[in-house]
Parts: sequence; structure tokens; C-alpha cells
Amino acid sequence: MAEEKRLMKGNEAIAEAAIRAGCTAYFGYPITPQNELTAYMAKHMLDHKRTFIQAESEVSAINMVYGAAATGARSMTSSSSPGVSLKQEGISYACGADVPCVVVNVARSGPGLGGISPSQGDYFQSTRGGGHGDYYHLVLAPKSVQEAADLTFEAFDLADEWRMPAMILADGLIGQMMEGVSFPPMRDLKTLPKKAWAAGRQQETHRPNNHITSLNLMPAELEQQNLARFKRYDVMKAKLQRSEEVNTDQAELILVAYGTSARIALGALQMAKAEGLEVGLFRPITLWPFPEQKLSELAAKGKRFLVVEMSMGQMIEDVRLVVNGRCEVKFYGRCGGMIPTEEEVLAEIKRLLGK
Amino acid sequence: MTEKTFMAGFGGQGVISLGQLWVYCGMKESKEVTFFPFYGAEKRGGIARASVIVSDSEIASPLVTTPDSAIVMNIDSLKLCEDCLKKGGTLLINSSLVKQETTRKDARVIKVPCNEIAEQLGDVRFANMVMMGALSKATGAVKLDKLEAVLKSFFPESKHKFIPKNLEAIEAGMKVVK
Repeated sequence: MAEEKRLMKGNEAIAEAAIRAGCTAYFGYPITPQNELTAYMAKHMLDHKRTFIQAESEVSAINMVYGAAATGARSMTSSSSPGVSLKQEGISYACGADVPCVVVNVARSGPGLGGISPSQGDYFQSTRGGGHGDYYHLVLAPKSVQEAADLTFEAFDLADEWRMPAMILADGLIGQMMEGVSFPPMRDLKTLPKKAWAAGRQQETHRPNNHITSLNLMPAELEQQNLARFKRYDVMKAKLQRSEEVNTDQAELILVAYGTSARIALGALQMAKAEGLEVGLFRPITLWPFPEQKLSELAAKGKRFLVVEMSMGQMIEDVRLVVNGRCEVKFYGRCGGMIPTEEEVLAEIKRLLGK
Repeated sequence: MTEKTFMAGFGGQGVISLGQLWVYCGMKESKEVTFFPFYGAEKRGGIARASVIVSDSEIASPLVTTPDSAIVMNIDSLKLCEDCLKKGGTLLINSSLVKQETTRKDARVIKVPCNEIAEQLGDVRFANMVMMGALSKATGAVKLDKLEAVLKSFFPESKHKFIPKNLEAIEAGMKVVK
């Protein structure tokens, strides 16, 4: 039987889901609005005889993640936008060395130190390979406390399967709000996938050294490594795209939004429906790989799109790439930690529909 | 049924606890719930606000912009609530601290002397529970019949001796609403 629903903050739910997924090593450094996540890990990781370290900086934390993950630990860190910027070097190294880990960004407003209010201004950084070099990694965007828990639980498996960092891109609202959430049962660590590639344990196994590094000074070899990695990306793009659609068959105008802004867009859609206006919603759940197949099908039907974001317009670039001039793509966004209201989005819908 | 409530008061009046307990009880009554707090960086004395929704169906935006009901725990919160309350919405006012009349003539106004009732029960800190009783009676959105069990898991065991008084406060708040 499923466990009883618990009332939790998004940050706490992500932490609990990580523990249940078999996260054996967490490294963090405090920053608002994700502090409850680190605090929850501080309180509960040791109960399960796992590793919790508050590092001296975000840079240390991500490098501890890299090191622990290289030895095969299910390893995780979390932060918020300015802190995640600091982690980009380590994420690039993990991508270059094919080291799986989970990175959570409970995003806040920017640029710079910005503010502590929710924002979606980190879309480019998250989906374009935020550090140096040629790479991508998984990016999952939850819309609720329940989905934040579910995607975090799954992120560890996906990271291991595809040998790369998996990022949970939430925002301050998802992190701070409380909703009902139920969790999958605790993973037995003995059932986790074996990692023959991991470093260490020579004494037990007597196998040759596994050398884990992103460094390769032979251009011809490094090119082959990158080509192999991009082949893996193509397989991921074919297999992992995920999205949710509401009323996209009926509607001529389709809102495109992820995470918090998708919740607001859904509210605007319901208000529009009450006034007799048919509007649809397309919500990407994987931001990388972007759900281009489903979106492209809608574009082929000649729909119009209104992209709603808590930024000056970042995901809209992916929408435009998919639509490729086939139909109209408009934008509505707020930034700086301001959250669009359902009423504002409804007004924009009416303006576009000429109502 | 979807009841969107906006709650505001002074830090320390228990606005955040009120919101959390409201949605916790709602969840135990098989509703969909969401709770989003806003408060400043002050250790005490800042303004505390909460957006709270309970519904029979999936909740879209967790932000409450035009609430069906609003709770005014102190004078500073009156204007905030007047500005956003839905036309014809329910305005619950802590009349122990808010003596001023509201300008919202369309609203269903319910005055609850939370502090006085709480003091009669022995501690002014029950004021938020008095208001929660009134909110339950006024909106019917959450019955609060599972409150005792919720309080047992919400508070550590050392605080369980206060549960009967909290339940009395809820009852007293319900009685204020005609």
C-alpha cells in the first residue's frame, strides 16, 4: 500500500526523495531559497549512515560530488542560481568524465546576486551546457512538490543509466511552497546498478585501475570521445523527451510553459475556458532533451503559440527552433523575481485572440 | 469547490502556522492543497503572509491573487486584504486589534475578537486557532474534524498538553460566525 500523503515544502520533498533513491553522499553550501533542502539532508542523511558534508563553498561541494560519484556513490548537491553558476566548472568536468550525479537548482532571480524570489532565468545556463566545452546534460523541470519528489527519485537512475549529471531545475516557489506528497519506498542500496567503470575498490576486485578524468591532450582521441558522447545524446533525444498537454486538440492558441509558470498558465487556461475561449497548454517536463517531437507535431497543425516564462524569454528560443517559422510564436514574461498572475496571462491571451 | 484564502498578520501571530494547519487538515480531508508563505528576513515583527488553496480538483496556480476569503490579523494587513479580495468575498477581521471599519462594502465581513477569546482561554497565542475556527465555519472549505490527529503530528509530544485548549479555541472561533 502506498504511504500516507505528507505535507511538505518542495525543498524537503526533494531531499527525502533523494534519500529514498539511494543518494549516499550529499554535499551542500547554504543559499536561499533552497536552505531547507540542505537542512533536511543534514538532519536525515546521518540517520541512514550516509555522508553529509557542508562544504566551505559551492565549488568545493560540486568537486566533492565529482569525487564521490567517481567512486560509484549516488552523489548529489543542491544550490540556487548564483551558487549553481559557481558549480558550472565541476558540472563540465563531470560531463567530460561521464560521471553521473544529481544537481538541484532552486532558482532565484538574477543576474548577479539578484534577489531571493523565484525566477526561470537559468534556462539557458541549464540547457546549453552551462560551463565550458561541448556538452549537454539532463534537465528535469517539476511543476509541483509531488513532481519535484518524483523527478528527483528518477534523476538518480537516469544519471546512472546515461552517465551524466541530471539537473532538477526548480525555482523558489516550488522549493518554498507546501503541498501533499507521497513517496516511493526506500531503495535498497544493494539493488542499485553496479558501476564497473567506477574508481577504487582495487583490493576487493583486483581489476585494473579505472582512470576517471576529463583531460585528454590528444585532439584526435578527444574528438572521438566527444563524438561518442554526442551519439549518446542522439539516443537520449529519441528516448527521453517528456511533456504534458492540456486541451491542445481543441485549441488554436497554445500556451508553452514549464515549472511554476506552467501552473499559472493552466490557471489562465481555466479562466479562459470559463469565458468560452479554447486555449491549450504544452508543458515541457524534460528541458533537455527538449520535447521537440510533440511540439513539432502541434506546429505542423498550424497552431499559434504563447510562451510564458519567468524570464525575459529563454525557452522561447527552443520553441522557435522547433516551430522553424511554421507558425506564430509570441511571448509573455515577468522577471526579477516577479511572478506572472493568471489574470495577466489571461489578458495576453485575450489580446492575441482579439477578444 | 476551490477556496483560495489570503492570510496576513504580524510575525509571531501564527499566520504561517494557521495556513499550514489549514492545508494539513484539508489534505487529511482528501482535498488538494497548496500553501505558499511570504515573509521578510526579520527575526520577529515583520509582516507574515500566506497564500492558501484547498480544492476538490488539481490546483493550477499556487499564488492567490484574488482570494475568495481573506484573514486580517492586524491593522497593517487590512489594506492588503481589501485590495485583493474577490468581489463579494469573505473578510475575516481580528477585531481585537483592528478597530477600523473596512472600505469594502461588497464583502461579507466577519469580525472575530481573536485576542480576547484567546486570552479568556488562557493564552493570547491561541488567537490564530480562534481565527481558523471562524474560517472553517465561514467557508466550509475545511471541516477541521481531523484537527486533533493533525495537531498530534504537527507538534512535538512535549506540546501535546496544549491540544485540548487549541481545540477549544477552534470551537470558540466557530461560534462567532453566525
